Amino acid sequence: MVATSYYLILSAILFGLGIVAFVFKRNIITLFMAIELMLNAVNLAFVAFSQALGKPDGEVFVLFVIVVAAAEAAVGLGIIILTARNRHSLNVERVNLLKL
Amino acid sequence: MPTHEHLRPILEYLWIIPLLPLLGSAINGLLGAKWPNKFVTSVALGSTGLSFACALEAVREFFANGQAPFRKEFFDWIVAGNFRAGFDLQLDQLTVVMVLVVTGVGFLIHIYAIGYMAHEGGYYRFFSYLNLFMFFMLILVLAANFVLLFVGWEGVGLCSYLLIGFYFLKKSAADAGKKAFIVNRIGDFGFMLGMFLLFRAFGSLDFQTVFAKAATWQPDVMGQFGTLTIACLLLFMGATGKSAQLPLYVWLPDAMEGPTPVSALIHAATMVTAGVYVVARSHVLFTHAPTAMYVVAIVGCATAIFAATIGLVQPDIKKVLAYSTVSQLGYMFLACGVGAFGAGIFHLMTHSFFKALLFLSAGSVIHAMGGEQDMWHMGGLASKIKVTFWCMLCGTIAIAGFAPFAGFFSKDGILFAAYQSENGGKVLYGVGLLAAIFTSFYMFRLVWLTFFGEKRYDEHHVHVHESPASMTMPLVILALLSLVGGWFAAPALWGGPNYFADFLAPVFGNAEAAGGEAAHSLELTLSIVAVLAATVGLIVAWRMYSGKVVRGTYTGLRKILYNKYYVDELYQATIVGPLVWLSRNVFWKVVDVGVIDGSVNGIAHGTEAVGDTVRHTQSGNVRSYAVWVIIGAIVILAIIFWPLWRPAFFVATSGGVR
Repeated sequence: MVATSYYLILSAILFGLGIVAFVFKRNIITLFMAIELMLNAVNLAFVAFSQALGKPDGEVFVLFVIVVAAAEAAVGLGIIILTARNRHSLNVERVNLLKL
Repeated sequence: MPTHEHLRPILEYLWIIPLLPLLGSAINGLLGAKWPNKFVTSVALGSTGLSFACALEAVREFFANGQAPFRKEFFDWIVAGNFRAGFDLQLDQLTVVMVLVVTGVGFLIHIYAIGYMAHEGGYYRFFSYLNLFMFFMLILVLAANFVLLFVGWEGVGLCSYLLIGFYFLKKSAADAGKKAFIVNRIGDFGFMLGMFLLFRAFGSLDFQTVFAKAATWQPDVMGQFGTLTIACLLLFMGATGKSAQLPLYVWLPDAMEGPTPVSALIHAATMVTAGVYVVARSHVLFTHAPTAMYVVAIVGCATAIFAATIGLVQPDIKKVLAYSTVSQLGYMFLACGVGAFGAGIFHLMTHSFFKALLFLSAGSVIHAMGGEQDMWHMGGLASKIKVTFWCMLCGTIAIAGFAPFAGFFSKDGILFAAYQSENGGKVLYGVGLLAAIFTSFYMFRLVWLTFFGEKRYDEHHVHVHESPASMTMPLVILALLSLVGGWFAAPALWGGPNYFADFLAPVFGNAEAAGGEAAHSLELTLSIVAVLAATVGLIVAWRMYSGKVVRGTYTGLRKILYNKYYVDELYQATIVGPLVWLSRNVFWKVVDVGVIDGSVNGIAHGTEAVGDTVRHTQSGNVRSYAVWVIIGAIVILAIIFWPLWRPAFFVATSGGVR
């Protein structure tokens, strides 16, 4: 059996990669994928704790997170399509109409 | 006594007397602007007339009840701890005199004002203010505690301000109103301090409680400044403001800027006597404070002679009467100061008759002359405005002190009491007598300059005409009152009772000086001397002003008197000037601009600067927001885990708690 710490370290690495990608990439699709990566890193941590503690709570939470992620993907992709149509670009720096 | 309750409908509902003028004021003030003058007139006259009728009925019930002092607590107003100030009204002998004077003379002056103000703008406003004044004045005289009295006291001050400045477009009128209000504030400050002191000493401001407790106190001796003496002096300070005594009299002559009915009602007959009323009402306190009494007598006497001398040379008909009022008020205070409160109130009543008469007659003259007030531009009016002339002559004889007119009896009583008093009573008497000579002189000077001699006005431009009946009718009634008003005291001359003094005796108790056969013959002698004094004034005025007169130049003493002893200039230089300087250079330029505006603007500038810096974080860039979220998360984590990461040496020095 694999020790819990390995799962957690992997989860942290994945989460860190997600943050770095979210902050430094410009393509909206990439940002979206970074969010998914962070969500799944969290999911991994949840199931790891669930297994370590022998309780089903973490697994239940993971199901919730997956549902939310699916809904978010639906809404988010819709926004991305509209943004692409209106601004002819997927560069997040150019989505700045609210800027002073 | 509840068994008699059905027999005295007004006494049990005493508040109706002041309430009626308040209703009249509210109706005229709120609705009168669009009404024709007729409606305004009927509301104003109806409310005051009804109030007068209610007052008469209340007095009838008071007599039917065996003259038992009536007092009723209608409702609580201020209740704080042990302190209670309620809407309590009372009716005793002193109040009876005041209420009848206020409602009676007030009603007559209302009738007069209809004719006088007929062609003026703001007709409804004038009557609204005048009715409001009646309300506050009635509250003042009916109040059964100092707090409610003070409500009336301030209220009449407000109405005085509004009515002096009635022609508010005229700068001098607006200034005079402000002057009256501000000078009165000085006196009111003392009055309030006096009330606080009384509350501290007696734990109550109810007349009954305060006077009952004070009566049991050991009186201060002459020269001792105990609680009562200081309280009395502070109350008297309020009285000097309201009743225009030295040194706060300066507002009253300027108050003549108001319409003449106002001068008659407020600045001659009623409001300015409020100070005398307060002193008389608090006679228990004053008789326990001989030093304060002495101050009252001296101030009254000094004011009487001071104002009378100024009145000798004034060219303006209303100014003469104004200084005469100040002088006569001085007499009333002189009476109170020597312990003759009854004589003071008697003079208050007769003065309200003849001085209201004189002011209204002067108003009639001014009306006839088309607004001219300078006596040097009048002359020879006697044959043209006969009713006004005879009425004014009645008032003049009354104030000068010729028998059998009212002023003879009341002034005589005061001078007699002054003569008999201790501590320099003879000097007070002498000064009072001199003031009486001056009074007679300036009044007959006024009559001669106005009604006799050659015409000194342009007959082609001024069409002299008698005033309408609404103006002459009150004059005739007041002239009759000026004649008979003093007869209450007449039997005293031939050894009979003084009905007025006997009537007030239950209020003032033994404060009155005792009579006696020797005192009676002395009084008769003094009466003859007083009439001689008035005759001297009459003869001098006749010698100087009958026949051809010229204004002449003002030099020497005459110039000083003409300029009113330069008191206004003195106050301007010593008080007003420095205050204006202080206000402009310190309160405005430093405190207002620097501190108040500075702090408000400083806060605004600071907020703007901070916002200008911080707004750059709101870049609109999604990823920068993400960075802030991450930084926030890191900070929270750092705070949570900081105790675990603390270096080992830190743990060691802090005693190894964790």
